[in-house]
Amino acid sequence: MVHTRERSLLPTEEPLSLLRKDGSPVEDSPLTMPDDDVLLELHRRMVVGRRFDTQATALTKQGRLAVYPSSRGQEACEVGSVLAMRAEDWLFPTYRDSVALVTRGVDPAETLTLLQGGWHLGYDPYEHRVGPQCTPLATNTLHAVGFAHAARLKGEDTAALVLLGDGATSEGDTHEALNFAGVWRAPVVFLVQNNGYAISVPLSKQNAAPTLAHKGVGYGVPSVLVDGNDVAAVYAVVREALESGGPTLVEALTYRIEAHTNADDATRYRTSDEVAAWLDRDPVDRIEAYLTSRGLLDPARRSAVAAEAEEFAASVRDKMNVDRTYDPAALFEHVYATPTRHLREQAAALAEELA
Amino acid sequence: MTVSMGRALNQALADALSEDPGVLVFGEDVGPLGGVFRVTDGLTARFGESRVFDTPLAESGIVGTAIGMAMNGLRPVVEMQFDAFAYPAFEQITSHLAKMRNRTRGRVSLPVVIRVPYGGGIGGVEHHCDSSEAYYTHTPGLTVVTPGTPDDAYRLLRDSIASPDPVIFLEPKRRYWAKGELSGAAVPMDRALVRRTGRDVTLIAYGPMVATALETAEAAVEEGWDVEVVDLRSLSPFDDETVCASVRKTGRAVVVHEAAGFGGYGAEVVARVTERCFHHLHAPVLRVTGFDIPYPPPKLEEHHLPNVDRILDAVARLQWDDEVVGGYRA
Ligand SMILES: Cc1ncc(C[n+]2csc(CCOP(=O)(O)OP(=O)(O)O)c2C)c(N)n1
Ligand SMILES: [Mg+2]
Repeated sequence: MVHTRERSLLPTEEPLSLLRKDGSPVEDSPLTMPDDDVLLELHRRMVVGRRFDTQATALTKQGRLAVYPSSRGQEACEVGSVLAMRAEDWLFPTYRDSVALVTRGVDPAETLTLLQGGWHLGYDPYEHRVGPQCTPLATNTLHAVGFAHAARLKGEDTAALVLLGDGATSEGDTHEALNFAGVWRAPVVFLVQNNGYAISVPLSKQNAAPTLAHKGVGYGVPSVLVDGNDVAAVYAVVREALESGGPTLVEALTYRIEAHTNADDATRYRTSDEVAAWLDRDPVDRIEAYLTSRGLLDPARRSAVAAEAEEFAASVRDKMNVDRTYDPAALFEHVYATPTRHLREQAAALAEELA
Repeated sequence: MTVSMGRALNQALADALSEDPGVLVFGEDVGPLGGVFRVTDGLTARFGESRVFDTPLAESGIVGTAIGMAMNGLRPVVEMQFDAFAYPAFEQITSHLAKMRNRTRGRVSLPVVIRVPYGGGIGGVEHHCDSSEAYYTHTPGLTVVTPGTPDDAYRLLRDSIASPDPVIFLEPKRRYWAKGELSGAAVPMDRALVRRTGRDVTLIAYGPMVATALETAEAAVEEGWDVEVVDLRSLSPFDDETVCASVRKTGRAVVVHEAAGFGGYGAEVVARVTERCFHHLHAPVLRVTGFDIPYPPPKLEEHHLPNVDRILDAVARLQWDDEVVGGYRA
């Protein structure tokens, strides 16, 4: 990909974008519009991802998931960033990023294992180059930097993409990670999905800098502010950053349409007017409007994508509605590479108790 | 060959770096300076900046990036400059390093070694003398070892670097300059060693207190006690077998450590010994530990640290009189 911009330490004043909220193209954008087939794929995966997200929330109501943090409204970030990854790149996600995981190809049931409660993680990180879903905020930023630096030492052309939220930028690890990445020139992209809130706490109580992207300058890390509901722009920015060979901090402006999780009551800290204003900036509608105006998305393709999304949701339902049994012996496995004698004794004691 | 513990550690790092290109050594001042205790002396010159290097000054960053590197197939050996300065890394250690194998069902191994100079007795000012072992031993998934001799320093560090599990490697900083032979003998990493055999009482010690326990054993001869000294080496996992065999033989035991006693590692040792050896015991298992206070300033630390006299006092309190009255002796 051609580098269209100087990699500046400071973000632009206005978020970079390729599509306006009504789907019309931004003529003078410094970003390169992705190819048509990429745009169609971005749209398809966003529609499927959103349907998956709705399905997962529904599964909490049926008691099939212990909890689910929805990313509805953030699909441009979840899908745009993951499709921008090259096969050799690694993703370091959080609890919020189930849609990113299924977009990367992780089995949906394995994606949901953590939230379903059967185990702390369902998938093999090495299979899809996806680090374990990370709940302790911002801690995954350091794993991404270490991973990317190791790749550099090994002579591999692998970059890491780490996802984090606006709240997580206040954690010390984010700052240590940006600093390490800056000093090591590690090939890492920090994608901050600024969805306005950390549970109930608004950004104004989290940050005094002009933007979160401004924080990169203090670490010598090039920074980008992007419209996080513009999937074409997110894709272009993340792809360029992954290919840059060094670190980049990307702040994507977006919004969490649902509550923090199904267990949260968002009416306690935000107004319905605010939500309505963001519904009006919906990321799926935006790419649909653009593709339709270009004649790329006809009714036939649109309904085919919708049908695929329904089918995917049905398969997720089927997989999650299976009644499983859980083996208590698993508790003692993999605490150490070789079980210690203490653990063998405790495993035997539990087995006896259950016999 | 007679070497100091610091030299033995340096040799272990050099040998591991030579044998396995995946081994990396990094931390604060470990590069050209060779670490504040010179344990990494000369390693950057010999193995290059990409394998032995100074990092930004951030402990969570050091451990967090080590985790990422280990996920990517390398074997990082990182240094925390002093015990109390490892605390910023606590979240990375407890929430990720210790749990990764288990939460990924064995798919992700993190062969990371965290070297921590620990303990007092060097006249260090505040925050330079903590005995933080119990924080780590209370965390399932971590292996915690501590050498008491140069020989073990070499052997345990080599074994720790070779281990597929994360290891907290506690270096008793007051013993860095103590000299001893490198035997070349192999001892399984998870086994305790009987450092001195005796019939009357078992002193259970580790790290900096091994030498103190051995000194006590010599002093006890005058008092007519034949003291056995067990060096735990591996704090987690714990070698019940070696410890209990000794206590069953002697019937009396004292656990010694520098750390505060309350909720300390010694409480676990006492519990395990009591549960397993009750009918062999002639007296309650006693502890000689630091007081339950923040680590004292240099001018007062001598009052805090277990010493020969205090350990002998504990031995004297092991109800020897009852035994004479009762007329039996194991
Ligand atoms: C270290 C840590 N502290 C607190 C929490 C509890 N917690 C979970 S999510 C969350 C809010 C995070 O907000 P943000 O980073 O903006 O991400 P979002 O949930 O909005 O995607 C909090 C406080 C946590 N997971 N980790
Ligand atoms: Mg947020």
